[in-house]
Amino acid sequence: MNTPKSIPSGTCRDTPVLKERGQREVFCGLTGIIWLHRKMQDAFFLVIGSRTCAHLLQSAAGVMIFAEPRFGTAILEETDLAGMADAHEELDREVERLLSRRPDIKQLFLVGSCPSEVIKLDLARAAERLTQVHAPHVRVLNYSGSGIETTFTQGEDACLTSMVPVLPTTDQKELMLVGALPDVVEDQAVSLLSQMGIGPIRVLPAPRTAETPGVGPNTVFACLQPFLGDTAAALTRRGAHHIQAPFPFGEEGTTLWLRAIADEFGVDDDTFDRVTAAPRARARKAIANASEHLNGKSVFFMPDSQLEIPLARFLTRECGMEAIEIGQPFIHKGLVGPDLDLMPAGPTISEGQDVDKQLDRVRAAQPDLTVCGLGLANPLEAEGLTTKWAIELVFTPVHFYEQAGDLAGLFSRPVRRRAVLKLEAAE
Amino acid sequence: MKLTVWTYEGPPHVGAMRVATAMKGLHYVLHAPQGDTYADLLFTMIERRDHRPPVTYTTFEGRDLGEDTAGIFKVTCQEAYDRFKPQAIIVGASCTAELIQDDPGGLAETMQIPVPVIPLELPSYQRKENFGSDETFYQIVKSLARPMDRTPEVTVNIIGPLALGFRHRDDIEEVKGLLYEMGIGVNVVAPFDATPEDITRLGAAHANVLMYPEHAESAARHLERICGQPYTKTIPIGVAATHEFVAEVAQLCGVEPRKDLSRLRQPWWSKSVDSTYLTGKRVFLFGDATHVKAAARIARDEMGFEVVGLGCYNREFARSIRELAREFDVPALITDDYLEVEKAIEDASPEMILGTQMERHIGKRLGIPCAVISAPVHVQDFPARYSPQMGWEGANVIFDTWIHPLVMGLEEHLLSMFREDFEFHDEAGPSHHGGHSPKPSEAARTPDKVEERADPAPEAPQTGSDVMVWLSEAEKELKKIPFFVRGKARRNTEKFAADQGLQEISLDTLYEAKAHYAR
Ligand code: SF4
Ligand code: SF4
Repeated sequence: MNTPKSIPSGTCRDTPVLKERGQREVFCGLTGIIWLHRKMQDAFFLVIGSRTCAHLLQSAAGVMIFAEPRFGTAILEETDLAGMADAHEELDREVERLLSRRPDIKQLFLVGSCPSEVIKLDLARAAERLTQVHAPHVRVLNYSGSGIETTFTQGEDACLTSMVPVLPTTDQKELMLVGALPDVVEDQAVSLLSQMGIGPIRVLPAPRTAETPGVGPNTVFACLQPFLGDTAAALTRRGAHHIQAPFPFGEEGTTLWLRAIADEFGVDDDTFDRVTAAPRARARKAIANASEHLNGKSVFFMPDSQLEIPLARFLTRECGMEAIEIGQPFIHKGLVGPDLDLMPAGPTISEGQDVDKQLDRVRAAQPDLTVCGLGLANPLEAEGLTTKWAIELVFTPVHFYEQAGDLAGLFSRPVRRRAVLKLEAAE
Repeated sequence: MKLTVWTYEGPPHVGAMRVATAMKGLHYVLHAPQGDTYADLLFTMIERRDHRPPVTYTTFEGRDLGEDTAGIFKVTCQEAYDRFKPQAIIVGASCTAELIQDDPGGLAETMQIPVPVIPLELPSYQRKENFGSDETFYQIVKSLARPMDRTPEVTVNIIGPLALGFRHRDDIEEVKGLLYEMGIGVNVVAPFDATPEDITRLGAAHANVLMYPEHAESAARHLERICGQPYTKTIPIGVAATHEFVAEVAQLCGVEPRKDLSRLRQPWWSKSVDSTYLTGKRVFLFGDATHVKAAARIARDEMGFEVVGLGCYNREFARSIRELAREFDVPALITDDYLEVEKAIEDASPEMILGTQMERHIGKRLGIPCAVISAPVHVQDFPARYSPQMGWEGANVIFDTWIHPLVMGLEEHLLSMFREDFEFHDEAGPSHHGGHSPKPSEAARTPDKVEERADPAPEAPQTGSDVMVWLSEAEKELKKIPFFVRGKARRNTEKFAADQGLQEISLDTLYEAKAHYAR
């Protein structure tokens, strides 16, 4: 079945995965809208769902909701549930109203939710119909961010996957970077690669519809995030070639990621070193400063974003931490394999969740740091454990060299705070 | 279908969670997809609870749908009982589970759970959060409370406070204080901190104090029917309302309406000359019906404000809000669409808004000071310090809270009067609490956002400032007008000029317009 010779033994890649089924304490894929809409500046995300979905977006977006965001929820009402024909008419009307109010919108995503999936509202057909109605000005696409199908960051994967079939075809040899990163980070990546003479470089998602990249048999692509499994598969189906590498977290991750692309484009060692030497040194120094409090400490990851494996690799290899358990909502070995290879066997690798049982393991292990969601963080703090809430790792710029120190800082801050607070007297 | 960005209320199962989380020894088993657990963070983050809400979700996934979601529900329910050993369980469905029709109540009934299992029917596609809390508490009371002998001493129940309630924690203390002064004991407070066992003792009280009709009116009515307990109709928010409340309770319980006013400072603060400038301040009120009703009376009778508009987002109370609006001779706004609220506020051009978190942001956008009087609220409105709204201390708190942004408003006014002085340029901003202050300069810096929002319909070019030319004299004069009426003055002047067929606005046009609108 497996081919043990091609896999170096003794790493996390061959650790048997603990698969759990039970209550999951995770966001659904709708949450991805919160960062995607900022990245795609002429797109609107219209969730077809219930009041729960609208409330989720509002709760997860926090204060961002007050900035007149380019997303909203078409809340299903009783009458929509009664007759599907009505639902489609209603949807057409709401979209019409929305687009006439927001003429700046060029790309509209109809985002499926649990309720719309359960009543089998055919949003794919609606998207086709609406594309015809509003062509050529607006393109309407559809994907599902429902909790029954997607977990948190998988929403971005589903969104990008929905864009792949409509990417124009090209025969050019181009590098495509896949994943929505804050602009400042994306610019750094593009700059490093360009300095090595690599190009042209395109990004998916593009900031504007007009800049949508093409794809074809000469396209090579690298993922910026570990949760883009379906997008990678869809691009591969369109003939593009996937460059596998550890993810660009920390100095080592960034270097290996760049190296893999540089190899693909035939960049020589001297050029590579010339471009990366200075930022590598900066990153190493910044990590050393920020990770002082992490050295020798243990960390436990609850499943959340699929960033857990690359982040655990960074924390164990570059910050001197020891991982106890690395929980993932979903493991895509095709993407995180290179990261798993870098970690010696030892930590429990778990996929899925039974939250109460997992919390029992956290309590038994008493880790120095637990990475978890906002629903669990304060309760665990109250039990005396130190936590780092995970959602921040998705919103904050943490990739590549210049952010490596900040990334370590996100984990060390709670540990440092625990050390500075002298509250025992007050409690 | 209705396009929504902000929602004042969550779905009804969130209301049920608020009851469950408020109580102890009760567990909620919720049939819901993975993802609906997001609601936990409202309690752990916004209210900063140090425990997970006592809610177990089935978190079914897509691949479970064709198969046995009912089976998943039963296993989850059993495991939740075994792990938490609650005194009672409530079971129900979220919006998605409502569609797959598993009937959690019926399923739980077939199981051998040795404690009361209370099924909830919460129609997610018709009703909202407040209905959910009221209905849940009603169902719990209905299944657990029984008529019984009254306590020998005079006691009441305090009902309505729950988790994620705006100042519920401290209001309870204040109401207890009022009762204590009259020598009335407290039998049970519920749902806040009550156990299911406590609920079974509700019948022993002589009457019920209904703190928040939104959350416990159905339960109060039920108790009146089956236990013969009268309940209070007055909400003790504001000085006059608190006096009325004390009188009402004294009468219901047959005791002396004794009160200790030694800590009440609000009336003197409001009478003192420093408060004269509050007279006739134009305020707009929006929030849940209970807090809006109380705030309207305080605003008019205890602060000397002029109420220029009011409304609520919970339709269940539309009738009483309409009555109130008639009393105040203003239009009633019953809506859960924040765009309508924003429109109404713009039209009324108040000098201050009393509202929810949403209105705070509307106020920011329009440059109008705002104080928060009602849920939904953010983390800063679950303060560490004692901050009730009810009773005597509540009146003190309300006075400070409401005038705080106005003091800043006054300061802002002074800033614009002395704008030519070098220390008072437009960017200076008020000297304290930057976060709450209106920032007129922000509009200038991000015009795209503001325009995008404020002008969904770019027609009506005759009032747009792009066709109107403001001569520099007039423009200068306009800037001297206090910021909170400047927008209105600009609109009025432009409309006046357009009506006169003028293309340019001079200093004279400005004053003619002013005279024209000053009736
Ligand atoms: S889990 Fe499903 S029902 Fe809940 S918010 Fe997400 S999409 Fe909506
Ligand atoms: S993290 Fe805290 S401050 Fe931020 S949105 Fe959530 S509750 Fe509010």
